[in-house]
Amino acid sequence: MLKSVRMVSPTRLVALAGQPNCGKSTVFNAITGASQHVANYPGVTVEKLSGSYTINGTRTEIVDLPGTYSLTSFSPEEKVSRDFILHDRPETIINVADAANIKRSLYLTFQLLEMEIPVVLNLNMMDVAEKNGMTIDFKGLEQILGTPVVPTAIKRGQGKQDLVKAIDASIASGVHPGFKIDYGPMEPSIQAILTEITAGAGSFSYPLRWLAIKLMEGDLGVEKLLNQTLPDSGTLLALAEAERNRFTRTQEESPEKHIAYARYKEADRLNHLVVTQHPRTKTSKNVTNQIDRFVCHKFLGPIILALIVYALYNLSIVQGYKITNYTWPLLARLRDVTEWFMPDPGFITEPMIRALSLWFVDSVNALLNYVPIFFILFSLIAILEDSGYMPRMAFILDRLLARFGLHGQSTLPMVLGGVYVGGCAVPAIMATKGIPDEKARFATMMIIPMLNCLAKIPLYILIINIYFADHKSLLMVFIASITLLLALPVAKILTLTVLKNKPSEPFIMELPTYHLPTISGVLKRALERIWMFLKKIVTIVAAVAVVIFALIQFPGLTQERKAWYDNQAEIAMATFHQKMAKTAFGKTLATNGSAMELILFADRYKGARTRADKAAMEKINTRFESENQTYYAITTGKGGKEAKTARRTLKKLTQTRKKLLRGIKQEKIRNSFLGKFGRTLEPVTQWAGFNWRINIALLSSFAAKESTVATLGVLYQQEASTETLSLEKRMEQGEKGFTQLHALALLLMMALFPPCVATMITLKIQSGSIKIMLISFGYQSLLGFTVASSVFTLSSLLGLTGLQALFGFWFFALVVAIIVGFIPPRKNITL
Amino acid sequence: MTSLSKTTPGGSVNIKRITAKGKLGQRLVDLGLYPGLKVTVIRNSPLEDPMEVEVNGYFLSLRHEEAAYVEIS
Repeated sequence: MLKSVRMVSPTRLVALAGQPNCGKSTVFNAITGASQHVANYPGVTVEKLSGSYTINGTRTEIVDLPGTYSLTSFSPEEKVSRDFILHDRPETIINVADAANIKRSLYLTFQLLEMEIPVVLNLNMMDVAEKNGMTIDFKGLEQILGTPVVPTAIKRGQGKQDLVKAIDASIASGVHPGFKIDYGPMEPSIQAILTEITAGAGSFSYPLRWLAIKLMEGDLGVEKLLNQTLPDSGTLLALAEAERNRFTRTQEESPEKHIAYARYKEADRLNHLVVTQHPRTKTSKNVTNQIDRFVCHKFLGPIILALIVYALYNLSIVQGYKITNYTWPLLARLRDVTEWFMPDPGFITEPMIRALSLWFVDSVNALLNYVPIFFILFSLIAILEDSGYMPRMAFILDRLLARFGLHGQSTLPMVLGGVYVGGCAVPAIMATKGIPDEKARFATMMIIPMLNCLAKIPLYILIINIYFADHKSLLMVFIASITLLLALPVAKILTLTVLKNKPSEPFIMELPTYHLPTISGVLKRALERIWMFLKKIVTIVAAVAVVIFALIQFPGLTQERKAWYDNQAEIAMATFHQKMAKTAFGKTLATNGSAMELILFADRYKGARTRADKAAMEKINTRFESENQTYYAITTGKGGKEAKTARRTLKKLTQTRKKLLRGIKQEKIRNSFLGKFGRTLEPVTQWAGFNWRINIALLSSFAAKESTVATLGVLYQQEASTETLSLEKRMEQGEKGFTQLHALALLLMMALFPPCVATMITLKIQSGSIKIMLISFGYQSLLGFTVASSVFTLSSLLGLTGLQALFGFWFFALVVAIIVGFIPPRKNITL
Repeated sequence: MTSLSKTTPGGSVNIKRITAKGKLGQRLVDLGLYPGLKVTVIRNSPLEDPMEVEVNGYFLSLRHEEAAYVEIS
C-alpha cells in the first residue's frame, strides 16, 4: 500500500479487545472516526478492522480485535486476537467491558493481564449499569488490578476524552500491571514449568508465566509455538504433560477447567468488593425478558419472525426494485455516454471496440442496478444485528434447521437468497458470515444458489406463460417450495460428505439485551458493505464478462456467410436508393454513407424520444430539426407527401437491417465457441429434452441469470418482418415439439442450475476456498441435470402429463426431505 | 445424577459439575457457566429446543444436548 511521506513521529499501535455485546465497535468508531479500513488476517477469513487518530501530530493506530469471550486456541477469532497481542506487541490494549456485567467481563480482562502487556480497562455502557442500580468503585478496582479503569457511556457521548487521555498515559508509562491470579493447588505445577522455560529460553520475548499457564491448559496453539521457537521443546512439553496428569489425578478436575474456575472465583471476589447493587425493577435485563416473552413465545414467536422476514423481503426486494426504476435511467445514461464515445456502427457491422465496451457496461450495469436493493437490505440487516434480534431468530428456528445440518442463523441468508421467490445469492452468501458453526456456514453458503434469485424469475415467467398459462400460481408455489424441499436434504448430504471434516461449533450463545440501533451506526454499516460489494464483486465480474464476450463473439461468421450478408445488405441499399431517387431527397441520399447517416440520425431521434417526458419532446424536436432539416423531415414524415414516402422507404430499410443484424447475431452465437459447446452437449441433454438452443441459453445464464431470456430472444428471431411477435409466441412457434414435460424439465434445470459468476466469486471470497466454489458449481450442474433428465425421461416413458410429473416429483422430494431429516447429523465437537 | 437439560422452565438450579471436555467444555465455561453458579431456566424455544437460561444477570441459549453436560445438584 502506498503511504504519503509525512513528517510525523512514528505510529503507535494499540489493540482494542472485548467480549461480544460490550459496545466495542461503538468505542472503536468514536475514537477513530471515519479513518477505518478492513482487511483479513493472513490465512483466515477473520476480518481485521483498523483505524487511527492523530493528536498533536502523533498518530495512533487502533486494531479492533474480534469480540471474544476468552483467548483459547479453539476458535480462529480467539487465536487471531491472541497471536496479534503476542507477535505484534501493541503498546497498550484497550479492554472494553460491559459495566453492567463486570463479573463476566473480568474473565477476559484477567487473560489479557496475564499476557504482561499494558491494559486500559474501559467500563463501557455505564448508563445501563447505573440504570440497573449498580454503583462501581472505579478507584478500588484500579488499585486491585494495578491498571487504569475508565468509565464511559460512549453511545451517549460520555468519556471519550478520558479514554483517549488514559491511552496516552498508558503508552507513556509503558508498564504492565503485575496483577496475578492465584491458581491455588496448581501454583507448584506452574512454578515447575516456569523454571524449566526460564532455563531453556534465554532471551525469550514471550510472557513466561502466561506460557506456563497455557501449557497447563493443554493449549495446542502454544505447544505449536514452542515447538517452532524452542530447540529443546520436547522436555518442556513432556514436563507439562506430566504436571497436567498429576493435577487431574490429585485434584479430580481437569487443569483447564480449574484455571477457568479460578478466574471466575477471582472475578466474583472483585465484583463483591467494588460493585454495590441497589434494587431496581426496570433493569435492562427485565425489559429484555419482557420483550422476549412475546418474541420467543411458543405461538407468537414464529408469527413475529415470519412478519419480520416478510417485511425485510418486501422492503428490500419488492420496494427496492421499485427504486431501481428511478436509478436505472442513471445507469442507462452511463451506457449512452459510452456509446457516444464509440465509433458508429456500420449498416450490418459493428466495430469490435464498440461491441465490447457496450457489453462491458451492460454487465456492470446489471449488477449496479441492484445497489438500491442492497442498500435497503444491508440497512435492515444492520438494524436486526444491532437490536439483538438475530440470536432470537436462531433460537426459534434452530431445531428445524439443525435437522438438515444447518444452523438457526441460516434463516436470514436463506431469506435473502430467495427462499420464497426473488432474492439474490450475493448478499445472501455475504450474510452467512454471522453463522458461528463452520460446517453449517459452509452448507448454507452452498445451498443458497439453489434458491430462487430475482434473475431466475424472467425465465420462469416466460415458460409458465407459454406452457402452463392455466396454472400460473400453482406453478409459482411449486417452484418456491420445490427448491426448498431439495435444498434442505442437499445441505444435510453436504454436511455428511464434502463438509464432514469441517468443525462443528457448540450452539451455546448469548441472547444479548435489546438495544435501540442508532441511525449513524446502521447507515455506516450499510455503506461499508455496499462499498465492499462494489470493490470485490464488480471488478471481478467485469473481468469475467470480457471472457464470456469472447466466447460468444468468436470465431464469428464464415467468409461465405459474410459475403451472403454483404450481398443482402447491398441489395437492400440499392432498393433504398432506387426508391429515394423518385423523391425530392434522392440527391442528398445518393451514397451509402449518407443513408447510414440517416439511419443513425433516426436511431438517435427515437432513442431520445423514448427516454423523454412530454415537456422535453418539443425541445428534442427543435434540436433534431436544427441539426439536419432534411433528415428530420424524412424521419418524422413531416413535410408533405414526398416526406411520407421517404419515411416509408427508410422504415423498410431499417427493418431489413434489423433482420440482417438479428440473423448475423443468431449465426454468430450458433457458431461461437459457446454455441459449439451447446451443440456438442445435445446428445446428453436430449435426455432432459433440451436442444442446442436451450443449451446455449442455459450456458449464457452463467454470466447472469437474466441472460437466459435475452439469449432466447436472439435465438427465436422474428420470422416475418411485418408483424412483431412477443417472445412467448416466437418460442412457441420455434419449438413446435415442446410439451409441458419439456417445460417442466427446463424449469427444474433453471431452479437448480449452477450459480452465476458473481455468486461464484462471492462464494470464493466468503469461504476462502476455490475448492468449495468448484464443488458448488459441480454438484449443482450434476444435480440440476440429473433431476431434469430423470423427470423428463421417466415421465416420457410412463406417459405422464406435465402436471402429473410435477405433482409426482414434488411428493417424491417431500419424502426424500423427511427421510433425510431423520438421518442423525454428524457432529465434530471434540469432547 | 440430573443435568440442566432435564430442568423445566421456571426452575432454578445450582451447577455442580461440567462434564464436557474439549471445545464444548471450554465454550460452556467461557460463556460463564461454572460450579456453584445458580442457573434459572427461562423458557424453551417454540420447537422445544434449544433452551434459554439466565446466569449472573444475562441470558444464554443452549441446545438440550449441550445442557446434558451440565450436572446440577
